[in-house]
Amino acid sequence: MKKLVYGLIILLLILHQDFWWWDNSETLVFGFIPIGLAYQAGVSLAAAVLWALAVKYCWPSETDTIEEGSEAAGPASGGEGRA
Amino acid sequence: MTPLVIIAAYLALLLLLGVVSSRFSKGTAADYFLASRGIGSFLLVMSLFGTTMTAFALVGSTGESFKAGIGVYGLMASSSGIVHSACFFLVGIKLWSFGKQHGYITQIQFFRDRFESDGLGLVLFPILVGLIIPYLLIGVMGAGVTIEKVTEGALPSLFAAHGVGPAAVKAGAIPYWLGSAVICVIVLIYVFLGGVRGTAWANAMQTLIFMVLGVVTFVVISDKLGGVANATAMVQRENPEKLRRTVREGDPLTRYHQNLAVYQKRLADWEAKPAETRGAKPEAVSRPESLGYLHFLSYLFIPLSVGMFPHLFQHWLTARSAKTFRLAVILHPVLIMIVWVPCVLVGVWATSAIVDGRPVVPYGFTNPNAVLGLLVSKLATPMLSGLLTAGILAAIMSSLDSQFLCIGSIFANDIAAHYLGHDRVTDRQRVLLGRGFVVLIVLVTYLLALRRPGGVFTLGVWCFSGFASLFPLVFAAVYWRRVTKAGAYACVLSAAVTWLWLFAQSRYGANPSFLFLDMMPVATITMVSTVALVLVSLLTKPPQTGTIGKFFSRPESRQAHA
Repeated sequence: MKKLVYGLIILLLILHQDFWWWDNSETLVFGFIPIGLAYQAGVSLAAAVLWALAVKYCWPSETDTIEEGSEAAGPASGGEGRA
Repeated sequence: MTPLVIIAAYLALLLLLGVVSSRFSKGTAADYFLASRGIGSFLLVMSLFGTTMTAFALVGSTGESFKAGIGVYGLMASSSGIVHSACFFLVGIKLWSFGKQHGYITQIQFFRDRFESDGLGLVLFPILVGLIIPYLLIGVMGAGVTIEKVTEGALPSLFAAHGVGPAAVKAGAIPYWLGSAVICVIVLIYVFLGGVRGTAWANAMQTLIFMVLGVVTFVVISDKLGGVANATAMVQRENPEKLRRTVREGDPLTRYHQNLAVYQKRLADWEAKPAETRGAKPEAVSRPESLGYLHFLSYLFIPLSVGMFPHLFQHWLTARSAKTFRLAVILHPVLIMIVWVPCVLVGVWATSAIVDGRPVVPYGFTNPNAVLGLLVSKLATPMLSGLLTAGILAAIMSSLDSQFLCIGSIFANDIAAHYLGHDRVTDRQRVLLGRGFVVLIVLVTYLLALRRPGGVFTLGVWCFSGFASLFPLVFAAVYWRRVTKAGAYACVLSAAVTWLWLFAQSRYGANPSFLFLDMMPVATITMVSTVALVLVSLLTKPPQTGTIGKFFSRPESRQAHA
């Protein structure tokens, strides 16, 4: 599933290149949105859906085990642990 | 006067927010710079969105679509929806986990540790601060210009009319120098009072304000133009190239031809005047051009800058837990859409809108970034005009505050405390050092802003390109065990050299439509920095096992080890 979700995100990046609507100013969605703009708004919505799938299926589960107070003594270069 | 009252009330509200958020302060450096890593989902969504969307989200999107048509949405907005969320998900969460486990406050602390190199921090510091200054400049200048424009006529007894030609300002306007100074001071005050918690609260409020006002403005303007269908039909008739990404042979190009006629008349008048009374030469008019496929594709590199913005890094570290990121990753593309689609439509409509037989945006109007303000002042009430100005200032300040805080943070932690000795600098001193450095940088930015450098938006794209070209560094640091210190230096230095060379080729930003190999320069710079990082890493000694273990073993095994 993880590979499928990342594959779909790459596909979305390709679909974002929409050269098929590049030269179209005649088609209007809902009677006022040019198709080139409506399509790209659709890309934004699709991005939200795909990132929701990524959150569900590609979540870095190792980060869930990091809890309050799990900080080390602080980085060699200083940080809050050394303040 | 109404807009001035609304702006003043809004700024007072921000100060109040700073005072209230200061009551929650724990008085430590970690609380001031990171809100004790306690920011929840909603505030994180709003602060990440508010920080990434500058004034450009409202003013620039309308202006760019007025100039270039609907193509700007795919170029800048939908691409950002995909890539920004990718940065949050793939880089932000990982960096948050490293920050949480190893106590980082700044990006440079992470890079120093990850690459076992103190010197890398010293190389990165001037680059990061240098790239942020043009970004600050855009905000400070934008605020001054906006306030000056909308307050024309408000206080005629205090401020006289000044300037000539397109730069003329009517009597009563809050002067540019004063407006931009007030905004700098207000942001400094609420940042100093509330630290990152104050900026997160202010960002949440400001983001909601500019989103709501963007939609309200869209509804009001479309109504005045005879409805959405009529507004688009006018564009189809007069300037159809704005509804696609090509310019056809038989296009009427009405606005272009009318602009050209005005320009020719202005030029003739200008040439007829004696040299000492001429003022600036009229700006030439460019013929609309088709958008190239490679240009469009290569623009995808620009939003990678989000992965390297130091102020975004700081916001990521404020998250309460990794799960806090979920909402931001999912909602970010939708929030961009909510702000950008109405603004792009309004910008496109403005090219062709005729009301009472006259163009709403006069022919010969040369400042695309003033189009939104002009539409609102002509088509809406003074109340909406004031509210929209507050929205524009909100968008500007929601980026400025994070940048101010972050600059102070990296100076206090990565330079002052790092070289004076972390044990010798108390929390209070660290906060004070950070504040002092911010004041210095804001002062420098303000003095630069007073000179009103031209092409500042072009410079903004160059500074985004600089951050984006360093993205391979952060991505490799997070995912590639084999990346080395020498590889990191090669990446940073090759990016800097290529950036400087291409910037010089563009005549230091004087050519705003500069492309290299038909692509945005950022594509070449990023490819060069990636190749340098990979090749040099493979040719040099791998990092120590301890360093790899610190960043690449699972947290529980690391804790067991400790």
